[in-house]
Amino acid sequence: MPREAYSELMKAIAAGKFVFTGEIQPKKAAHFDDVIRVAKVLKGHVVACNVTDNPRAHAYLSSLSAAHIIQREVGMEAICQMTVRDRNRLALLSELLGAAALGIRNVLTMSGDHTSLSDNPGAMPVYDLDTAQFVYMVRRMVDEGVDLEGNKIEGKVKLHVGIVGNPNADPLEVELLKIERKLKVGADFMQTQVVFDVEKAKGFLRGVRGYPVPILLGILPCRSYGVAEFIAKNAPGMSVPEDFMEELRKAEEVEDNSRRKSRIEDVNVRYFADFIREVKRTTHASGIHIMAVGYEGVVKALVESVSK
Amino acid sequence: MIITKSKVPEKILEMTKPYKRIFIVGCGTCSTACQTGGEEQVKEMAERLGVKVIGKAVVESPCDLRLVKRDLGGSRQLLEEADALLILSCGAGAQALAEHTGKIIIPGLDTVFVGEIERIGRFYERCRACADCVIYETGGICPVVRCSKGLLNGPCGGMANGKCEASGHTRDCAWVLIYNALKKQGRLDLFAKFRPPMDRSKKAQPQEVVNR
Repeated sequence: MPREAYSELMKAIAAGKFVFTGEIQPKKAAHFDDVIRVAKVLKGHVVACNVTDNPRAHAYLSSLSAAHIIQREVGMEAICQMTVRDRNRLALLSELLGAAALGIRNVLTMSGDHTSLSDNPGAMPVYDLDTAQFVYMVRRMVDEGVDLEGNKIEGKVKLHVGIVGNPNADPLEVELLKIERKLKVGADFMQTQVVFDVEKAKGFLRGVRGYPVPILLGILPCRSYGVAEFIAKNAPGMSVPEDFMEELRKAEEVEDNSRRKSRIEDVNVRYFADFIREVKRTTHASGIHIMAVGYEGVVKALVESVSK
Repeated sequence: MIITKSKVPEKILEMTKPYKRIFIVGCGTCSTACQTGGEEQVKEMAERLGVKVIGKAVVESPCDLRLVKRDLGGSRQLLEEADALLILSCGAGAQALAEHTGKIIIPGLDTVFVGEIERIGRFYERCRACADCVIYETGGICPVVRCSKGLLNGPCGGMANGKCEASGHTRDCAWVLIYNALKKQGRLDLFAKFRPPMDRSKKAQPQEVVNR
């Protein structure tokens, strides 16, 4: 029996809608100005929005606080990312209770980039739980109303727990077995790392099709050729198609600033709209997770182009 | 084996500076194997510190109080005269010597891990002393210490091309090694198995094993 849907995200998926989610990355700031600004750009175009939790192990404004503000001030649902890098099981539980009490309904569990990549590299990496165990803890909280030790929680915990999959993983079989393990434990949804190659995305989806869990494929529109080139060179295992890179390069040759921006947007919208249509037509994916951090403006155009 | 590294000479000189009479103690087991606290390194250290050194000894295993008593029995007088002891052993040995002598202890080495020696100059961490060994299920490879995140249900998303993000993708991902080992043994079912959270109370410090 499918679990009850508490969030707009899970309700939309349950209703058979093809959904879009966005992403907001809080900064090292003691205010919500940027978070609110970006959330307003995304609102109405995505069903919910991920809020990152100290990506690259750089300490930023907390994911939970930003997720709360986005929901309260902007009226857009949040998917609160939570890593096991910075908190032991007590802190995770406490944070989840806070999230549930604040009306946050989606939590995306992640290991978190290792502290060796941090802007505070002397920090202690916690990893008391791993993500599979984190999913297990959320399941016990939601399904049984208890913590890991069976201690009772007052009030119903209404949370959906998500996991991350990586279509670029090599060896892929190791990744698929790991995902299978987390799905068996009871994840509610999966969002993937960025994938550019639609065939690779399809291959990954075939690998996980045995599980009735909604999957949102991650894409990353590139605001410049430099961004695409950086990913191609530095993101291990992630390939950026050459024709897409070439089109971006050509678009950057346009001298007029606003025409150049518009050309770059066109290139992105064309490429990813084709990607999305192919995914919708040929796979069981439930939606697309658009990671356009710093390039939020493209989300509206992209979503509208495939929603016509 | 307990793997140790020598502290930089400046640091040792800074710690020995206030003292006029120093006794050096080395370790005949792990630190000898690491070439950080054997006969040779004790001699070199004595030469470096010169006239301050009033005596030196290599205890078979300074972490074993029985051997400390046995091997330092003949040096009782010099130990009493010493202002401080410079210890070339792991932290366990250095503390046993502190307990035995009551003297000021200067650690000459840093203890880095419990590991394997491939050859001199190549030491690899292999055990976190987690008090809950799982390697039967993980192909003889410890995820607690060899996965940079110590995950019991790995790999994490930082694995790419079989390598680990914490090493800049240069070191093998422990969970890919585990996968390969279990696959070879025909035991991949153990890879897919969910391992519940570790009971960290088994490692509440300081640990003691007191049987009688």
